[in-house]
Amino acid sequence: MSIEVRIPTILRTYTDGAKQVEGTGSTLGELITDLDHKHGGLGDRLVDDGGLRRFVNVYLNDEDVRFLAGLDTPVKDGDTVTVLPAVAGGATVS
Amino acid sequence: MLTITRELRDKIVAHARRDHPDEACGVLAGRAGGDRPERFIAMTNAERSPTFYRFDSGEQFRVWREMEDRDEEPVVIYHSHTATEAYPSRTDISYASEPGAHYVLVSTRDSGTAEFRSYRIVDGTVTEEPVAVVE
Repeated sequence: MSIEVRIPTILRTYTDGAKQVEGTGSTLGELITDLDHKHGGLGDRLVDDGGLRRFVNVYLNDEDVRFLAGLDTPVKDGDTVTVLPAVAGGATVS
Repeated sequence: MLTITRELRDKIVAHARRDHPDEACGVLAGRAGGDRPERFIAMTNAERSPTFYRFDSGEQFRVWREMEDRDEEPVVIYHSHTATEAYPSRTDISYASEPGAHYVLVSTRDSGTAEFRSYRIVDGTVTEEPVAVVE
């Protein structure tokens, strides 16, 4: 089984420059664990103690997984997961 | 150096003025590898805030997918500051996630003029760059 995962430019340092990698799992959480085994450090950029990182958008096919089941979202063979860092900022001092 | 047409520059400023006092934000897409902004894409500020912006996630997905289909990339990512100077804040720097983009900042704090400045933000380092406005 294989799920295509599209990697944004800023995370390609973890995938040896690859813009697309493959993973397995029956939920998004399992898929991310699998990706982290294959590409060490990638997991940390996607999740933290609270779950999916706030300023990283993850999509299952064309839906933001925040509107599905987050890390519990089921994934299956043939799905495409896309990662896009949120584009955000502003005058607020962080 | 950011090279940009007057028309695109004016569209960014007009968008910033229109959304004032909320921050405006958007993208200029251009041919991948070309470093020339060509296509103006105003984005919804999902935060609708005078001090913070964030692209709506669904809209960002569609726009990024469309750019990929057209062999484009985000050449410029712009947003406005409505009460402070057109310089990247700590928030801007920490969330900058497109290392190849020119980050354009417009300030609408003064209704008479619009400050328009451009920066590279790579690995947490900000470098201002000159802006060449062409016809």
